[in-house]
Amino acid sequence: MTFSDWLLFLHVASAFALVSALVIYWSIAVAGRNVERPVDSLRYFRVAKPANVLIIVGTMGTLIFGIWLAIDFEAYQVWDGWILAAIVLWAISAGTGQRGGKVYAEAQKLAERLVAESRGAEPNPELRALLTNRNAMWLNIASSLAVFLILVDMIYKPGV
Amino acid sequence: MLATIRPDDWNFPLLLHVLGAMLLVGALTAAVTALLLGWRRDAAPYTRFAFRTLLFIGLPAFVLMRFGGEWTYVRENLDEQPDKVWVGIGFITSDLGALVLLISLLVTGIGARRLGRSGASQSRLTRVGAVLTALMLAGYIVAVWAMSAKPD
Repeated sequence: MTFSDWLLFLHVASAFALVSALVIYWSIAVAGRNVERPVDSLRYFRVAKPANVLIIVGTMGTLIFGIWLAIDFEAYQVWDGWILAAIVLWAISAGTGQRGGKVYAEAQKLAERLVAESRGAEPNPELRALLTNRNAMWLNIASSLAVFLILVDMIYKPGV
Repeated sequence: MLATIRPDDWNFPLLLHVLGAMLLVGALTAAVTALLLGWRRDAAPYTRFAFRTLLFIGLPAFVLMRFGGEWTYVRENLDEQPDKVWVGIGFITSDLGALVLLISLLVTGIGARRLGRSGASQSRLTRVGAVLTALMLAGYIVAVWAMSAKPD
């Protein structure tokens, strides 16, 4: 295996880490919509812990190894249209995902506080409002859509 | 940059294959995490979550990955060439993975049902499900390496 093969593997593995994190977030976002008690929501937030690592590894890895590959491969340049499009989509995905994630981070903090105050078994309307926040949902849809478009862009390579 | 330059008619089957594989690995990661969290306590909600994730995301993603893979295999005329190591790894992980996925679905489904009825906080079926999905995830990580680095 050449150095370029390893770069390609690391780039693809980062993409898998990114999508895996999104799948975990979506799974708990959908499951969490029916949750009213803080103690129940905390279980889902525990499932999200590896996703919080995978999203950082995936977001940074795809960009770093992607640019490295573009420099390494003679056939491609970093300023090629499809690579620039991918970088723009990457920025959109990271920005919207981060903003959408803030609402869930707020929900997690609230749930932890309520459990610490021994109110974990009582339904909480404020927590429910955060878990069903439409704005956060739309931001996450935008983020996931951008990742899907990056995948399409990577495979079709328009302009090549 | 998932592959170098190739004919355009391979793109759609490859997109389905890669998308399915990514969603499958994501579903397995979510399921493994939940089942490991339910290993010692709170097994019922975690096993139910893992079962639903495998059923509603993992299984359709597997079908998409397998269908897209087979389609790509034919389009690339790989069926007319001598077997390559990375293709072999792909087929082995995919075919064994199908079997293990079905067993995991069965085990976690029955486990979730039993836990729901009994109210127990631990289950042997949750642990078996955790081991099976972890093995599957490890196998698919090897497959991702084989598919992207293509060792021969």
